[in-house]
Amino acid sequence: MQHTLIALVENKPGVLNRVASLFRRRNFNIESLNVGQTENPLVSRMTIVMDSDDLDAHKVEANLYKLVNVIDVQDVTNQPSVTRDLALIKVKANPEQRSEIANLAGIFRARIVDVAPDSVIVEITGTEDKIESLLELLKPIGIQEMVRSGQVAMMRGNALGVRHVPGANGKNRA
Amino acid sequence: MKKAGAEILWECLIREGVEVVFGLPGGANMPIYDAMMNYPVHHVLVRHEQGAAHMADGYARASGKVGVAMATSGPGATNLVTGIATAMMDSSPIVCITGQVHAHLIGGDAFQETDVTGITLPITKHNYLVTQADEIAEVVREAFYIARSGRPGPVLIDICKNAQIETAEFEYPENCSLPGYKPPAHAPQSGLQKAVELITQAKRPVILAGRGVLISGAVEELGMFAVKTHTPVASTLLGLGSFPASHPLHLGMMGMHGEAYCNMAIQQADLLLAFGMRFDDRVTGNLRTYAPNARKIHIEIDPSEINKNVPVDLALVGELKTVLADLIPMVDEYEHDNWLEEIEVWRTESKTRDIRSWAGDGKLYVPHVVHELWQATRGDAIITTDVGQHQMWTAQYYPLEYPYRLITSGGSGTMGFGLPSAIGAWFAHPEREIWTIVGDGGFQMTQAELSTASHQGANIKIAIMNNNFLGMVRQWQEFFFERRYSAVELHNPDFLKIAEAHGIPGRYVSQPDEVLPAIEFARQTPGPVLIEFKVEKEEAVYPMVPTGAALDAMIRRPLRQEQPVG
Repeated sequence: MQHTLIALVENKPGVLNRVASLFRRRNFNIESLNVGQTENPLVSRMTIVMDSDDLDAHKVEANLYKLVNVIDVQDVTNQPSVTRDLALIKVKANPEQRSEIANLAGIFRARIVDVAPDSVIVEITGTEDKIESLLELLKPIGIQEMVRSGQVAMMRGNALGVRHVPGANGKNRA
Repeated sequence: MKKAGAEILWECLIREGVEVVFGLPGGANMPIYDAMMNYPVHHVLVRHEQGAAHMADGYARASGKVGVAMATSGPGATNLVTGIATAMMDSSPIVCITGQVHAHLIGGDAFQETDVTGITLPITKHNYLVTQADEIAEVVREAFYIARSGRPGPVLIDICKNAQIETAEFEYPENCSLPGYKPPAHAPQSGLQKAVELITQAKRPVILAGRGVLISGAVEELGMFAVKTHTPVASTLLGLGSFPASHPLHLGMMGMHGEAYCNMAIQQADLLLAFGMRFDDRVTGNLRTYAPNARKIHIEIDPSEINKNVPVDLALVGELKTVLADLIPMVDEYEHDNWLEEIEVWRTESKTRDIRSWAGDGKLYVPHVVHELWQATRGDAIITTDVGQHQMWTAQYYPLEYPYRLITSGGSGTMGFGLPSAIGAWFAHPEREIWTIVGDGGFQMTQAELSTASHQGANIKIAIMNNNFLGMVRQWQEFFFERRYSAVELHNPDFLKIAEAHGIPGRYVSQPDEVLPAIEFARQTPGPVLIEFKVEKEEAVYPMVPTGAALDAMIRRPLRQEQPVG
């Protein structure tokens, strides 16, 4: 099943390489990895999505803690959380097809952000399912190019239910 | 006060208690070597940087302190790699300080530039690239703390040449700020209570003592726990010495070349208490058939070791000494006489197969040599080894009463470890008797350090078990490749002449009655001494669990026609 982990890491050079190297070294397969800034300039945030069983997800989490620069890891799988992915999709479109694409985009609350003589770029934000659905509908028209940001995730509310690896980063709760 | 980066480095090393460093200078660390001359540090000039890393490792394992190795950029640093990987696998605290090209040249393939932090990323606990002098103090402070705390390991600091030369304000940081690094100490109370429940229910418990017992200094706690709960103690190779070998509860070494009765006890156990060990494939055999009826409690400081190889019923993540100290008052006294009697039957059977129980046949066997060395040194020498047959025979026939006596490359299995680690151990304990037991193959990998031993006057004794083979590989070819001996026969040099060329006295031993006099000669001669034991060529280490077999499916030493003496 799909597991989503959030890792808070020190914002220092080379940390992404350490995380990526860990996945390679321990033979973990990652579906997507997103890195970005947080409210704290000293901290970066990674969202890691992997297709694995619980045991492997647990191993990834425990191994992430072995990296000195990793401050906190949250497994938000099955936790109340908001997850979003952003996609830019370039679709082949002659002038007659534009309105059809615009209609589809409207249904999905996607936007057309660029129009060229023979193509348009659709921007969509949402859950993975939603993006997949739009892609299915756009495919017959002709997708020329696509880019996705990978998932970002955030726990709803106070995040008290989040699971931690016992003993990880000094945390040992009864 | 402003100081050059190289001076800041030494100021920091002195404050970390560093008295000796092992290394070799080169273009990119010359400012460090220049500044060194003004500081009260003994530098050991090695002949190859691999030796420096192993010496730092040997020093760390013998002293419990952090060992320091130094090398220049490029090939100097890459030569450290084997030693760093060795320290990583055995959780040994060393700090490696390498020179790097000027910061503005990085990435441009400058002369002797190598991406050392990139290369050592997966084999260090942490590493640093330092490009400015004002980073050095904080980095050194952190590096030593990370190396020795939690689950120890190697840390590498790669310092650009400009950072060594440029000046910066020097102030030694009181503390280090590592928001992502907080090793656990106590295990939660609920876990301890669950452990007590499992221990109370057990009828056939076995403790698996790993190197974590020695690292966390939990030897006393292990003893108290084992005696109070009347639980026999099996050791990993690196856990040997954590429990006295003469104690009735001691089962000796477990695993591929462990004692047969020890492996049988583990397989028949109903509770395994794993203390600071990691269920390496060399100690479990086939995981599917491993201790099938045993519940398992794992006490371990590194959360990533939990359920890595063997799924456990209860994990207590914490510092072993602390967790055991918490646990001991909670458990009652138990007796497991029936269980121990059962083990005793296996132990007696094992003895009859022991080569030492047999009448001598005039040939020289490593077990006999090691036994005589054990007797002569009253089992109290620090022993370092290489890797292979002689290593396993040393583990089997040099039983340890005391901790911190055996220094050997376990996880990594690094040949060439013995001689340099012995030199390192000597700097930690110059007052102690130190022997390195090596094979003829591994010895030649780091033989250059004979020169270092001689140069430093290191009082170490070198015992080469020469069977003119890469013995363990030969044994595998004998057992599993129909005796097709491929590339294992060694055409060796005259080891005594090599010793002599280094000004090192030696003895050649080919007869059983020459063993003791040669050992005594070595013990009475100050400084390094080399003894070559010409041992039986095709002897195998028994018992042996073939790769992939169950832990109790051992190849045993065949019984001989003429029967055991005693």
